[in-house]
Amino acid sequence: MCGIAGLIHKGKSSNVGGEMTAMLQALKHRGPDSTGYAVYGEGKDGDYVMRFVLAEQEDMTKSFDMHEVVAGRLKEVETRLKLHGAKVKSRDQATDYAHRFIISHEGDTEKMARHIEDIEGVEIMSMGNGLELIKDLGDAAVVSEQYGLENFQGSHGIGHTRMATESDVDIRSAHPYWAFPYNDVSVVHNGQITNYWLMRREMERKGHRFQSSCDSELLAVYTADNLANGVSLEESLKRSIDEIDGVFTYLVATKDQLGMAKDTMAAKPLVLYESDDLIAMASEEVAIRAILPHEIDTTDPYDEEVRVWQA
Amino acid sequence: MAGLSNAELKKMTQEERVTALGMRTDQLTGRAMRIEFNPDEEERFEYPWAPDVDFNKRTELDVDEMTSTEANQKIRALMQEGYGTIVIKNPRGKHSLGVGILTRLRLIFEGSLGYFGVGLLDGPNVTINGRVGWSCGENMLAGTVVVEKNAGSTFGAAIRGGDLVSKGSVGSRTGIDQKGGTIIVGGDTGALTGFMMQRGRMVICGNAGKNLGDSMYDGTIYVGGNIKSFGVDAVEGELTDLDKAWLTRKLVQYGLMPENGVDHFTKVVAGRQLWNYDNLEPSEKKIVL
Repeated sequence: MCGIAGLIHKGKSSNVGGEMTAMLQALKHRGPDSTGYAVYGEGKDGDYVMRFVLAEQEDMTKSFDMHEVVAGRLKEVETRLKLHGAKVKSRDQATDYAHRFIISHEGDTEKMARHIEDIEGVEIMSMGNGLELIKDLGDAAVVSEQYGLENFQGSHGIGHTRMATESDVDIRSAHPYWAFPYNDVSVVHNGQITNYWLMRREMERKGHRFQSSCDSELLAVYTADNLANGVSLEESLKRSIDEIDGVFTYLVATKDQLGMAKDTMAAKPLVLYESDDLIAMASEEVAIRAILPHEIDTTDPYDEEVRVWQA
Repeated sequence: MAGLSNAELKKMTQEERVTALGMRTDQLTGRAMRIEFNPDEEERFEYPWAPDVDFNKRTELDVDEMTSTEANQKIRALMQEGYGTIVIKNPRGKHSLGVGILTRLRLIFEGSLGYFGVGLLDGPNVTINGRVGWSCGENMLAGTVVVEKNAGSTFGAAIRGGDLVSKGSVGSRTGIDQKGGTIIVGGDTGALTGFMMQRGRMVICGNAGKNLGDSMYDGTIYVGGNIKSFGVDAVEGELTDLDKAWLTRKLVQYGLMPENGVDHFTKVVAGRQLWNYDNLEPSEKKIVL
């Protein structure tokens, strides 16, 4: 049982960081292990926001020289960025192991991302124009405070509170997943995918990388693969219902879109609120109520339902 | 049991009462405690520990700052004080509100409920001026629940009696494992509605999703709109005058009567190829035997 939430403001910017925190905190009981956000801010004029971690949270207390190791990894990241011609315009640090760089880069970002992730312990959370993907252990209030999300301005976002059932409690297995190497595509998922290994092998044969053994990562890779082949987001969501087995409800966000898909059994919940300027959805209505306290009309999407909204 | 009045039973301790009612006193594990009625004696329709409530005694309860447990305990405390009409303000989608009420009570929610709202009821009349999440009215034994807006999935799972009404549309697996009572939906319903239904009646005024009545043992489903597909062993039955009269009575009662009447409803029953249980109530069975 995990909790997922998403919201999209039509044609305007809002405090999506604060709104997503309120929604995810209301879903804390569905998954206390980790919390993740994929929020979409204003584009950075062609620059990329690179969010990355240098180690797992628990690694930081495993050895006495871990801080030196992490510092060495950071140095190596900088070296490799330089090697690929990327310029670092600003540097922020949320925790000892989590960093946020704004970089400018022209060229093959996938190649650069792969080279950086080749450093032991380093994982790029996201590298997008608008997307900032943050995930860590703890509830929404803790993660939001650590990463300064309370006042994040943007048009839309998705989030996740995780109860680990299929894989470990660590950042690598936390959601959302970045649809590597699609700069601004992210995925959150609630459910179990039963043909995970079959699909994973198929994706790996096509050259896609998997960072974890979490079944939800497959949806991000699957979406990235479809987008790479020119398939629209809506079509990708529709295809997933036939091609992916299991019980699932998942949300996908792109630079200017938010989509949802529900499996053929409608076994995983989603409550949907739609108005002229805001669409909000979550595993439970309490999450929507956290940002809309007045009485509202909500619906449950049906089985095999796919929806896509434009920001 | 025959010579004991409710007043006398109320004065007893729980253990004395249990013995006097002929129930087991040893610890039961994994099963709910049940009251054994003797059909030869006077029927007892109330639980002896149920508080006497007066419908004309009305109060309001704002649960905005309460947890679900605190709100449910407060409802019980108000019932002990004799309040028969309780209006709950600001439920704001909280889960498990108003559960386990085993006596008559008029309960009104001014807002929406979350999951497992008003489950395990036996007797109260509930109105919800909002929507409900998953598993509303689960395991209801008696009473009425009227939801003014939409409902989530597994609406009325395993109910055994009473009327459960949503005036909007509901999610998937409506009335899964229904064992009695009536479920009425003003709008549409999702996939696997009436899955493994065993008894009772369900009315869907709008459209029904795929696999309607899948693996149903017994019971009847009436659908006013389109049916996406029938489930395994669900077949169309003949809509009789008796069915129409019953449908009219129920739909008029809850203000859901369609303008074009009930003649267009499709009746769905079990094909009895998978399961074949008799549909007699235990009391009826005794008469037959």
